[in-house]
Amino acid sequence: MNCDEFVELVTDFLDGSLSEEDEQRFVGHLAECSKCELYLDQFRQTIATTGELTPESISDDARGLLLTAFRDWRRS
Amino acid sequence: MAGVLEMPPDDVLVQQLRDGDERTFALVLDSWSGGMLRVAMSFVSTRDSAEEAVQDTWLAVIKGIGDFEGRSSLKTWVYRILVNTAKARGTKESRTVPFGDLLAEEEGPTVDPARFRGRGEPYAGHWAVGQEPRPWHFPEDHVLRGEVRGVIEDAIDGLPPRLRTVITLRDVEGYGSEEVCSLLEISPGNQRVLLHRARALLRGKLETYLSGAHEGAIGRGQA
Repeated sequence: MNCDEFVELVTDFLDGSLSEEDEQRFVGHLAECSKCELYLDQFRQTIATTGELTPESISDDARGLLLTAFRDWRRS
Repeated sequence: MAGVLEMPPDDVLVQQLRDGDERTFALVLDSWSGGMLRVAMSFVSTRDSAEEAVQDTWLAVIKGIGDFEGRSSLKTWVYRILVNTAKARGTKESRTVPFGDLLAEEEGPTVDPARFRGRGEPYAGHWAVGQEPRPWHFPEDHVLRGEVRGVIEDAIDGLPPRLRTVITLRDVEGYGSEEVCSLLEISPGNQRVLLHRARALLRGKLETYLSGAHEGAIGRGQA
């Protein structure tokens, strides 16, 4: 496997969706190429950091309106 | 994943919502609305419209919680309502994002081919000299880590809508591949192509940012 093929298969590899043969080729390349090992590592760090995002939220007005709607629904 | 506070299990959550427990409603509202806003942005043209889609979704959840049958998780049920609501809005605004087929610009290499040795050169297809992934140092410092998250946030906002939707669901919200495919009506293969492209773009932004971070730190020190 070449590096330019490796970099395109990272998500398939992480999702466990490579064929057995491709997975062996992928891991074989990983063991031999420190640059691609770094690429995979950076890919993982990118995914982990994306998972740390605190989503922005709706406005206070909208929040207040929805809490009121919930309260009214409970009374009705 | 983001926004996970002490969230009770689904059956407890649903019962408390049905009982009209306001604190529980506030908890799910605050935990999920941000992610919902991002997903809605993929289907509509303005932030206001996305916010209205999120509001409409919650109103539908309030009215419909009695009918929730528990065949999916509560959050997935809420997200289904959101996707349908936002899609309907997007259609009215003539801004639909059908996910069935890939667009031409979504295929092709995700790393600039110029970074690899060309055909005919020795070691063709391997990283070219000086073009390898640049090592980066991930900051430990709380504030600097926050800046890195800011870079990712901006990069996600700048993604084309379909890429943004898939990476938001998978990597920000933490949904699995199957749920995303069923929410968006997309094949697993195409979903992975979009996700991979989005991740590769974010990695590229971090590479640029983190390998230049030293100068940034000095700049901040002087300011």
